[in-house]
Parts: sequence; C-alpha cells; structure tokens
Amino acid sequence: MNDSQQDSTTPIVTLEKVNKYFGSLHVMQDIDLEIAAGEVVVIVGASGSGKSTLIRCVNGLEEFQSGRIVVDGNELTPYGKGGKSLQTIRTEVGMVFQQFNLFPHLSVHANVTLAPEKVRGLNNTKAREIADRLLERVGITDQADKYPSQLSGGQQQRVALARALAMEPRLMLFDEPTSALDPEMIGEVLDAMRELANEGMTMMIVTHEMGFAREVADRVIFVHGGRIVEQGTPQEVFDRPQHERTQAFLSRVLKH
Amino acid sequence: MDVTFQFDWQAAIASLPHLLTGIPWTLLISFGGLAIGFLIGIVFGLLRISPLRLLRWPAAIYIEIFRGTPVLVQVLFIFYGLPQLLGGPINAIVAGIAAIALNAGAYISEIVRGGVQSIEKGQREAGLSLGLSRTDTFRYIIWPQALRRMIPALGNQGIVSIKDTSLFSVIGVGELVRQGQVYIATTFTALEVYLMVALLYLAITLSLSFALRLLERKGLVGQ
Repeated sequence: MNDSQQDSTTPIVTLEKVNKYFGSLHVMQDIDLEIAAGEVVVIVGASGSGKSTLIRCVNGLEEFQSGRIVVDGNELTPYGKGGKSLQTIRTEVGMVFQQFNLFPHLSVHANVTLAPEKVRGLNNTKAREIADRLLERVGITDQADKYPSQLSGGQQQRVALARALAMEPRLMLFDEPTSALDPEMIGEVLDAMRELANEGMTMMIVTHEMGFAREVADRVIFVHGGRIVEQGTPQEVFDRPQHERTQAFLSRVLKH
Repeated sequence: MDVTFQFDWQAAIASLPHLLTGIPWTLLISFGGLAIGFLIGIVFGLLRISPLRLLRWPAAIYIEIFRGTPVLVQVLFIFYGLPQLLGGPINAIVAGIAAIALNAGAYISEIVRGGVQSIEKGQREAGLSLGLSRTDTFRYIIWPQALRRMIPALGNQGIVSIKDTSLFSVIGVGELVRQGQVYIATTFTALEVYLMVALLYLAITLSLSFALRLLERKGLVGQ
C-alpha cells in the first residue's frame, strides 16, 4: 500500500506539466493541477476549451504526450504507457458520461453488478446487494429488471451514477452529466450529485450548470484554449473574475 | 400446337425419396462450412480492425481473395488443384466444406468488422472506465451487442452459402442437385425434378430465415 491513502495532505490527483495534442491542435498546455481528497472541483469553460479532455486524461481515456498524472499513488505516463497502474486507476476512478453510456443489452441491475463481479470478483448475491443499495440511493426503485431504453434520461443517468459508485471509487469524474438531459430531468441528477458531494466524495465535474457549481464546488477552474486561466472558490471566480477571458465567458453564460 | 406438355405431379412426388438422400449432404456441407466460416469470420474480422498493421494486412488479403473469386473456382482449386500439391486426393465433402468455410469466412469477417465497429465508442469507454480489462469490455459489452446487430447479415450469408453448395455437384458430391441430375438421367423428368429440387432448397432457406427471425425478436429486448 502507499502512504497517500492515509496522508490527507497528499493530493489524490496530481497533474504535472501535462501536454496533449490532437494532431497539431494543442488541447492541453502545461496543465498543473492538484486535487485534495474530498474536494469538489468544477471545471468550466467554452466548448472546445479542453475541459472534457482534461478529466478524460485522469482515467486514461485520452492519452497525453508529455508530463505526468498521478492518481492515488498510481502514475500515468505519456502515450498511455500506464500498464498496470492504468487498470488500477480505472477501478478506483468512476466516470459519468454525457450520453450515459449504459449497456443497452443488460438490465439495470446487470449494468450495476457487471464491474463488481468481473473486476472485484464479487459473487452475484453480494453484487446485487450493493446494486440494490445504490439504486435505492439514487432513487431508482422497482426498475432494476428494466432495460435502459425503458427509462427516462434522468433515470438512466442516475443508474449510470449507481453503476460507477458500485466500484466504490475514490474519485468521481463527471463529463457534462446533464447536457443531454431534458430540462425537467436535470434537477434529479444534480440532486444525486449534490448528495454525493455532501458525503465527502472527491469529484471532478465538467458542467455548464453554473448555479450548481456555485453551490457545490469547493473550487472552480476556468479553462480556455487548453490552459487553466483562473481558479478559486466559486465566489472568487464567479463574483470577482480576474482574467478577461473568464469575465467574457461568464458574461455570456450568466446572462440568461 | 401438337406438342402439349403436362406437368406430371406423380413423377415429381416419386422423385422425392431419391432427392431427400441429397439433403443430409447439402446440410452437412452448408452448416459445417458455415460453422467453420463463422469462426474464421470472428478471427479475421477482429484481426481486420486490430491496431497492428501486421495483423490487419493478412486479414485484408484473405478477405479480398476469397470474396473476390467465385466459390466454384475455389472448390475446383481445392478438389482438383490442391491434390497436385499434396500428392493425394481430397475427399469431395471435405473440399466442399472447406470452400464454403473459406468463402463464407471472408464475408463473415466483414460482417463481424462492421458489427463491432457499429457499437458506439461510449460503450467501450464506459466498460474501461469501470475497470474492466479490454478483453472483458469486448466480451461482456461490445460483442453481445455487435452479435445482435450481425444477425440479419449472418442470415443472408447463411442462405447464400446453402445455395452455393448446389455448385458442388460438379465435383461429384451427392448433394441435392447432384441427386436430381442422377435421377433425371434415368427418368427424363427434368421439369418435375428441378422444381422439387428448388422447393427443397426453399424449405431449407425458409426454415433458416424463420429461426433467425425468432432469434432476432428474442434479442430485441433491451435494445
């Protein structure tokens, strides 16, 4: 075991001088970032600013070209050469996607139990216990035998949250979790996320829900052109933005 | 008109017992070839989309060769050509099964490739993000969904291959068409017998269509 799990001052996520290119496009430029255990970090920025790419690098869904990323003592190196530690990181980092990405051929229950059974090696009874508890927690009851296509978008996203939590992650990544939802379903997903934040989960959230960010975030990070332009408490970033890029972005998104 | 022809139903019915002796061979070559072809298709279809060029290329070459040449030429090559290399004869049934397997395998490779590639990228990402290995992500998430989407195309290929076995009468396999030819040689009832042969093929292919439709409908749950 590593010491970082006991030592609360050691960040659970560290990015050091991370650079990433899509072809000639420099989408992450010398990103340095540390996230403490229990911290809720909301990343905002215009589309194409590199904010989704940033969190997708943390669990190795995107490769980067230079720098290093350490997640709970496990190091990711450039060009996806994480090897064993990549797999370890993915078992400890949960992710919720914009498009839910539930497995359409599996029941709600099987969506949640799949990874605990195949990765953690739990037996079906134990995995179902966990699934029942988590589905109840996200407010999906009596739907466990349905298939994803039979649920509303908001329900699907809450199942996706339960599915990620079933692996008992130490960190949760959210990639625009409400952007594909009808407006009336956004609240139920944000409620579930808020509850998770209150329970002390470490979270990195990419979202356009500024009200939610202001309320839940310990820290807001503004990303522009592949760089972290500004960061601070929600009050600092939203009420007294220092950088003109941040001011311009906020004036656009907060206007309505 | 002084020539009137009457369709002789009795002659048609009378040919049935003889024709039916060809059915087991037709089924054996069809389904034996298709079963092996399916395995070939899985392997080469996946090689075809491997990230390694060294694996992609041989698969692509195999697919192009066996998709781009007639199955009749393939079976003639195997049955008459290969023995020259091997120094001994090849059983006609084995040659037939091999030709169907190699030919259908090339088409099924493309069906497998298309099926796997049709699964949204997010499915793989969701599997990997849960800590599943790449193999498990494929096995539990990608493949079951891909297989379901492949069923109609696999059904088509099955029907095509069943009909292709009729060509193997030329190498003397005692399949359905061959039995018809043998029977006609002594009875001269070509019209009746070939109609019965056609109906028997139809019976086989319709049964397959029906079975696949059932399978597809069962598979629709959850999609």
